[in-house]
Parts: sequence; structure tokens; C-alpha cells
Amino acid sequence: MKFSVQWLKEWCPVDLDPEALATRLTAAGLEVDTVAPVASPFEGVVVGEIVACEPHPDADKLKLCRVDDGSGQMLQVVCGAPNARLGLKMPFARVGAVLDGGDKGPFRIGKAKLRGVESFGMCCSARELGLSDDHAGLLELPGDAPIGRDFMDWLELDDATIDLELTPNRADCLGIKGLARDVAAITATPETPLTVEAVPAASDERLPITLDAAEDCPRYVGRVIRGIDPTAPSPLWMQEKLRRSGIRSISAVVDATNYVLMELGQPMHAFDLDRLRGGITVRRGRAGESLTLLDGKEVDLDDHLLAICDDAGPVALAGIMGGLDSGVTGDTTDILLESAWFRPATIMGKARDLGLHTDSSHRFERGVDPEGQVEAMERITGLLLELCGGTPGPLLVAESREHLPAREPVTLRLDRLNRVLGSDLGAGEVQAILERLGMQLETLDGAWRATPPSARFDIEIEEDLIEEVARVHGYDKLPAALPSGELTLPALSETRVPVAAFRDALCAAGYQEAITYAFVDRRLLERLQLDDGALPLANPISSDMDVMRTALLPGLLSALGRNLRYQQERVRLFETGKVFLQGDTLDEVERVAAVACGTAMPEQWDVASRRADFFDLKGDLEQVLALRGGGQSVRFVPAERPFLHPGQAADVLVDGSRVGWIGALHPAAQRALDLKVPVVAFEVDLNPIKNREIPHANKISSFPSVRRDLAFLVPEAVSFADIDAAGRELAGPLLTDLNIFDQFSGQSVEKGYKSLAISLILQDVSSTLTDEAVDSLIDRVVKGLESRLDAQLRG
Amino acid sequence: MDSANQLPAQLPEELLAQARRAVADATDLRALEDLRVHYLGKKGEVTALLKSLGGMAPEERKTFGQAVNRVKQDIQGLLNDRKAALEAEALSEKLAGERIDVTLPGRGNQRGGLHPVTRAMQRITDLFNRLGFDVATGPEVEDDHHNFEALNFPAHHPARAMHDTFYFGDGRLLRTHTSPVQVRAMLANVERGESAIRVIAPGKVYRSDYDQTHSPMFHQVEGLLVGENVSMADLKGVLQAFVNAFFEREMAMRFRPSYFPFTEPSAEVDVAWDKGDGSEPGWLEILGCGMVHPNVLAACGIDSERYLGYAFGMGVERLAMLRYGVTDLRPFFDNDLRFLRQFR
Repeated sequence: MKFSVQWLKEWCPVDLDPEALATRLTAAGLEVDTVAPVASPFEGVVVGEIVACEPHPDADKLKLCRVDDGSGQMLQVVCGAPNARLGLKMPFARVGAVLDGGDKGPFRIGKAKLRGVESFGMCCSARELGLSDDHAGLLELPGDAPIGRDFMDWLELDDATIDLELTPNRADCLGIKGLARDVAAITATPETPLTVEAVPAASDERLPITLDAAEDCPRYVGRVIRGIDPTAPSPLWMQEKLRRSGIRSISAVVDATNYVLMELGQPMHAFDLDRLRGGITVRRGRAGESLTLLDGKEVDLDDHLLAICDDAGPVALAGIMGGLDSGVTGDTTDILLESAWFRPATIMGKARDLGLHTDSSHRFERGVDPEGQVEAMERITGLLLELCGGTPGPLLVAESREHLPAREPVTLRLDRLNRVLGSDLGAGEVQAILERLGMQLETLDGAWRATPPSARFDIEIEEDLIEEVARVHGYDKLPAALPSGELTLPALSETRVPVAAFRDALCAAGYQEAITYAFVDRRLLERLQLDDGALPLANPISSDMDVMRTALLPGLLSALGRNLRYQQERVRLFETGKVFLQGDTLDEVERVAAVACGTAMPEQWDVASRRADFFDLKGDLEQVLALRGGGQSVRFVPAERPFLHPGQAADVLVDGSRVGWIGALHPAAQRALDLKVPVVAFEVDLNPIKNREIPHANKISSFPSVRRDLAFLVPEAVSFADIDAAGRELAGPLLTDLNIFDQFSGQSVEKGYKSLAISLILQDVSSTLTDEAVDSLIDRVVKGLESRLDAQLRG
Repeated sequence: MDSANQLPAQLPEELLAQARRAVADATDLRALEDLRVHYLGKKGEVTALLKSLGGMAPEERKTFGQAVNRVKQDIQGLLNDRKAALEAEALSEKLAGERIDVTLPGRGNQRGGLHPVTRAMQRITDLFNRLGFDVATGPEVEDDHHNFEALNFPAHHPARAMHDTFYFGDGRLLRTHTSPVQVRAMLANVERGESAIRVIAPGKVYRSDYDQTHSPMFHQVEGLLVGENVSMADLKGVLQAFVNAFFEREMAMRFRPSYFPFTEPSAEVDVAWDKGDGSEPGWLEILGCGMVHPNVLAACGIDSERYLGYAFGMGVERLAMLRYGVTDLRPFFDNDLRFLRQFR
């Protein structure tokens, strides 16, 4: 909502400059977006008149004018404007005038020579004075503009446009009248509202108006005016007020409807009477009906939409836009004016559904003053008669009182108000504020019954009144209390690992946290065969964000790819967040995932450079999983996933359940995603790895431990996990640790086999182990591994 | 030669003086060992002097014996001192050969870091945890009821138009704010027989808006406190305290009346922000808040006459931008390592 400060001051003569007013408005909940001057700064511009105009002797497009600027001299001015003509009044920049050159700064008008002819000043367009973008010709001033008068002064350009960003509840401020009421309340300035006089009918021209949907439209006020002058221009003062409100001047009739909309907040519509057939009926649309709107858009009606109809069918979309075929044109002389009240719930969302947003729908869906229709009709009638004459008929009022909203009184208790606000406001202060807001008050014991003005239908309950009082009193004047409350000490869980710990572990391992969008490109999921169960958005913002992610991997791979393009060769990224898996129900699963490419270590002076592989990443994942304590319950089992290298992929099992995967990206997937280097990645559900046990300390043995190293030749197919599990089982309770310290194949090792070296750490809690006991245990392990896994002890 | 009755060739004092010179001249441990043998060995000079005692008169033997023993101890002392000095010298020489360039970088990995949004969100969460707020969570794919209806947004209300919503076409939607967690937390709490509650809900939210100042996904932290003695003054106080704590300095703050369907009275909060470029500090909006609307309390089965509550919701990206000097929203989701590595 843009408005001119001067226009507002006509209704409420508040003694504040635009900036100060803006601060007060914002502080009262009417948030100011911008404050802008209504013209660019200039000086030395006066009202001038062209008293002679002839062609330039040496240029087709230029004219040689004599301008009367009130100085007594007739100045010779060369002008290129197509509308420069004898008798035209326009803003005239005298020699010495200073105009605003935009980015180039101010510039001074000097004597000039154009095609050999001297020119003493400049005739101005609207754009040259920062009034509008119009540069088609000179700004034409009315015939009564006083020659020689300072232009800025005459047009009262010492004004500002304030753009308000109103919250949806404050529809009452969508017009100067309502805004003035609020400014009066906020600043305690008496209002000087306009008194609208009823216009006596000069004819008995009537038109039947039928309310077929009285609930949606309980009041429709019409009036016929015949014989208006369609060529009459709208006056400059009206054009200026509209311009300063961000509305373009179109014609006298349209400007008058917009003027009343801006002034009183009541949307108006004018029909061309000749193009209406019969009377007006307000009813719901019917399937099969359609209507071409003023903007040329064709709308199919149904019973969700309220229509204004004549005897032949719909002529306007109620509260949204008029129809093209019944609108006023440049030849219209007879009109039907409409000033109606539509129920907000009927209009809400309809314009949006149709891809429309109009000044009218904006107001009606938020709520227009239900008592303002007659006043607005009288106001526009008066304006039109003044602007373009005509013969007005009587007011045509169709209404269904029972369907009009009633203003119910709301009770406000002083103690409740102070309890909610934490304040100590007195009854007198509160009452004064309520009165300034135009509430009708009935004083009770420590309370009031307040009936809000008809435009304030946002006030329905006690809290609404509390906010009104707080707002006018000033939020900043309300007290603030230091945080207080009962101290509580809830149990601090030690059996759940906080997500922050997982994040910190990965940061410590060199990973940078990423946050990627939760919606991804379905095609990306398809390339990774991760599109199963992907939940599509009905209204994605773009086609590359059209489904909810089923995994964190795709987003991380995209981020990795982008970094590679920025010459980041070594990438370590991780993310924690939800994935969305749609089956019979939707599962929102919280996960952690990481991707890595490039060297295992950052480039440094004393470490041989090699590419990061599966085991680097596995080590990092093990660090993360180690937060659970224990660790024996984690297993990695060879697995196949379509997007992973078939020989370098594992499922991660925790306590026997699959919680995620780790592996090298499949070369085909790598190619499909246009990644130039191999990538390793993991992705694990967070929930199952968050549980940990509280450590329970055992006595440590005071007897020495024994280490035995064993090297085996084992078939390729036997995994370390097999050796590990069998070795632990065979060694029994004396084994405190089993480690692998070497593995190799090729060279001296027989094809189909690999060499694997493990160490066993043995210890007894109750005695020193004897050599015999150790030898027999090792013998058991060696024989057992041989028989179970075909592991040959190497010499 | 029989020396038994002869006077010693040298007097002990002379021997000591000679030894002192010899020890001082010794330049390595081996020479020092030779001197020890020369003076104190079985056939050494001092031993020879001691042997000469046998031929002396008892009175003379005593005096002379004491003198020789003193000299023996002194020489031993000289040898020990010189040995320690030589050893120290040798060690320093060895250590000097082991000198390294301590300015070379250490071996190992490079630390990563948290995303600035996570970092800010964690900070916010930590601060409210200290005030006794528990963390509550809720689904990101929400339904109309929790995201709008239960928060007092009537169907088609223009207030909904301020939330450009992503839909799934079946009544479900992506939550447009963390406020539905308020409703879920209150309902769960009431089910446990409690009305009073103190929670925050950090998380992702989604709006269908994408330009320089809007991201279709961003983060909020919602706060909710319901109790019997809760007022707008408490809300103002807690937010001022939070902002001061978050920025670690006294911040000028402004409460402006605003409108949210689920709070009444409602406010937006601005902080005075000095851009540091010499321009006047401007007001920057950081959060919305208000007293929980009685309809919302009632919808959760809480007696709004007895209980009052306040709620607030803050944009994490905005706070992170102010805290860390990020001037544009877009880098947050570009995941460019050159940007992210600044946060370690």
C-alpha cells in the first residue's frame, strides 16, 4: 500500500515529517518498506506557456518556441517534443535551473545553441522532473496553471510516498481514511475526515439488483449516471494523488474509481450501461459459463466463484475483476457504478487460484469496511459529476442485513491485560487508547465492553484488544523481565550419542560439513538407481528439485562435482539430515553420509601421496561408529548396490541389522554424474548408531600378556572377518586382542591365495601364562583355522 | 730398585698440581681414562705414594698418609668433573647434529569444520538449553492441520499466501515453519498430563521462493514456553538476553507489532546492526514472536485462562549471516569448500 503523506495529512494533520511518520507507523505495526520523494530534486522550474511555435529552420524534428515564463520576457526555446504547440502550458526550466541527472548527478540548464539557434531554457517532460517514466512529450499542465509560478510549489511536490507492507489483518489501512484513523490514534492527533455529501438524484433511472447469494454479497449499491463526457480528462491533482499512490492515470471514470478505492478503501467498478442487458444479479457461477476479464484472460466459472451477472450471464468476477465486454471505453457516456461488499471467505484465494492479484481482490479477501458502500458511492458520484458531468440516478441499494457482519462487543479486563503484557497500565490510560481507536465503550468494573469500528473486524477477542492497547501504547515502552523460572535438572542421557558428536568426529577426520537441498532432481536419483520410493513435489520450484531425496549421497555427489569444477582436487564432505522414503507410509530417516575423493592426506612434505580408497573412508566411518563404545557389534559385509563398485562395497551391520553402506562409487555412476575422479562414500542411518552403553569397568590383569604372531596362507575367498571370528572363537577367553598387521598377495604367494599375518594377545587374569599353555592354545588356533578355512601356517 | 726406604719421588701436592694440569688438558673420555690409570690405577702414582708409607716412621706415616689420601680424593674429583664436562660436550655435539627445521608443517590430516548454519543453530540451541528449554522435533513433511489449521490459519486466509508452500498433492506439504512442532510438543505434553512446557525446535523449513534473499530451504529455531505466570515482559526479556548472549555484546533491539495467526499480541524483532562501513546502523529483522493465541492453546487442550505462553521463531541463516559476516544467502547451500573452509 503506497500513499502520499500529503494526502494522509488532509485527513489527519499530523505534525511529522515523512521519515518520522514512517518510524511511528513501523513502531505501531504498520511496517514501512520505503519512503521516497514524489519528484526528483530540482529548482528553478516554473509554469510556462508556449506563446509561439514554428518549425526550426534547419531541423525537421525541432521546433522554435517562444515561452512566457512570467518574467515579462518571451524566451526563445528550441524544443523537440512532439506535443509542443501553441498555447500549451508545461513545466519550464529557466536558464540557471538545476535538474536531477540521476546517476550523473545534478546539472544546470544553461544557454544553448541547437542547430544554430539559441535556446534559453528547457520545456520539461514528466521524466525529466522525476515524476514518472513518461518521456513521450512535454508534461501538459491545465489551462488554469499560473504562469511563472514555481512548479514544485504549485504542484505541492514537497511530499513523499510511503510504501507500507501491511500484515493481512490490517485491511482497514488499505485506504487513506482508515490509515488516517490509525495515525490519529497512534499520534493522538485529531482527525479531519472528509464529509461526503449525498448527491441528489437528477433522474429516476433504476436497474433491478438481485442478491442471489446474499451470504457472499449481502450488500450491493449501484447507481446509473447518464450523459457523462467521455473525453473529459481527469484533473492533474487527481492524477498526482494517484501517481503518488503508484496508480497510473487512465481516464476520468477509471481514475475516479481508483481514487475512491485509495481514499476510502472501497473497491469500485464502472460498467458501460449500454453493454449490460437487463438488471444485475449477484450469484455463484455455473459450470459451463465463462467470462473474458478486463485483462483479456478467459475464466471458466463454477460455483466456487461469485459472479456479477446481467440477464445474459456473467459480466464481472465479483471482487476480483470486471469483464471486458461490459467495461467502460473511450466512448462510454452512460455507466452503472458498483460499490459492493463481498464476504472475505468467498473471495479468499480465488484470485490466486486464477493467477490474478488485483487491488480489489487484495482488499476484499482481507475485508473491506462493511459499512462503507453508500459513502463510497456518494463520493464517486460527486467526483464524476465534477469531472465529467452527467445525470445521476438514485442510489440503488440491495442488501440482506442479516448476512452483514455484526460488530460484537469484546470484553477487555484490565488485570488480564496487565497479566498478559507484564505491565502496569492504568485504567485511564487504557481507556484513552481504546477511545482514540474509535471503540464504543461500556465501562464495567475493572473492564470494558468495547465495540470496534466497523472496519476493524480483525478485533474479535480480548487478546486482540490487548494487542491494540500495547501497540498504541508502544511495544518499546512495555517492560522486559529478566529470564526467570523454576530451575530444573532433567536426566542427562549418556546412552544416546548426540548428533553433534558424529559431526565433530567427521570434522576432526578432515570433513567439511555440507547442507544440500532436501529436494533433488529425479533424473539424478535415476542415474544412481535411488529413485525407488522418491516422493515427488506437486509444485517444485524447478525441475532439478522435483522430488524429495531418498539418500544424502546424490546431493553430496553434486556438491563434490561442483567443487571439482572449482579446482578443489581433494574433497571431503559430509552431511547429516533427513531422507524421505515413501512406501505404504512415509519414513523420514535421519542419516549421516560422507564423500571423499583425491589424496588420502592433504599434500605435505613428508608423506607419500596416494589416492584415498575404501579403507581410508572405512577408517573414518569406524571413528564415527566408535562413538558407540564397544564396537564388536559392527560388521561390514560384502554387498551389492547398483551405484557402488561390485567388489568394493559393504553393508554396515550394527547389532545384526543393516544400517547403511560404504563403498567406492561405481565407475558407471561416476561417468553418469560426470565426475572425473574415483569417489568413495558411506551413508548410515543415525538412529540405530546413536545408542551406546554406559561403560562398565572391569579389573585389569596384573599378569603379563603374551603376544604371538602368526602368518597364514589362505584362499583369496576367505575374508579377514572369517579369520577374525574363527580365531577369536578358537582362542577362547584368554585372548584379549587379535590384530591383522599384514596382508599381501602376488609375488611369492601362490595364485588364488593371500598371505595374512595376525597377532594374538593373550593374558590371564589370575596367573602368569606358561609357555605350555600358550603353545597349546596357539596349536589349537592354527589347527582350527586350517581345518575350517584352509589356512596354512607359513614357516 | 728397592724404594722402601727412599723418600717419595714427588710430594703429594706436586702430584696434585701435575694431575690438575693433565686432567684439564684431556680432550676426550679415553685420555681421561688413561689419566685415571696413570694416577689412581694399581701401578699408578698415587698408589706408589701409598706404598711408600710402609718405610716411614709412624708419626710421619700418619701425616703423609692423610695428605696422599686427600690428593687421591681430589684427583678422583677432578677426573669426575672433567668426565661430566666432556660427556655434556659430547651430548651437545650429538644434539647439534640432530637439529631439525621446526617450522616445517606437522604431519597428518587437516581439520574440517561445521557448516555455519549448523554452527549458529548449535549456538542458539546451547543458549536455550541453559535456560532449561528442551529440544523438540517434528516431521518435515507435514499436514495442513499441523502446519496451518492448528496454528489458527483459516483455509485460504491471506496469511497463508505469505507462506509459499510446497505441496505433495495429497494434503501433505513441506512445513513452512517450525511452528507445527509447537503444536506437536504441546499435544504430547498435555497427553502426559502437563500444560507447562519449555521447548525449542530447531530444523529445516521450506518455502517456494528462490531469489537473492530467499532460499527454498532454510532453517529456523522455534521456541515455546507455556506456564501460569508468563507475560510479554518475559518474552521481551528472554529475547534480549538471548540476542546479547548470541552476539556476546549488548545489542539494541526493537519490538514491532506484527501479525501471526498463532500469536496475539504478535511482534517482530529487529536488532540495530552496524554494517561497519560508516553508515548509520540500520534495523534488521531477526525473528517473529508473540503470546500464544488462545485458539492455539485451546486446540491443544490447554486452559488459556489459566495458562499463558510465548513463542518465537528465528531464522538461523540471518543470524549466521550477521554473526559470521556472510552477506549473501546463496553460499550457504552452494557447499563450495572455499566458503566452507572458513568455518573450522
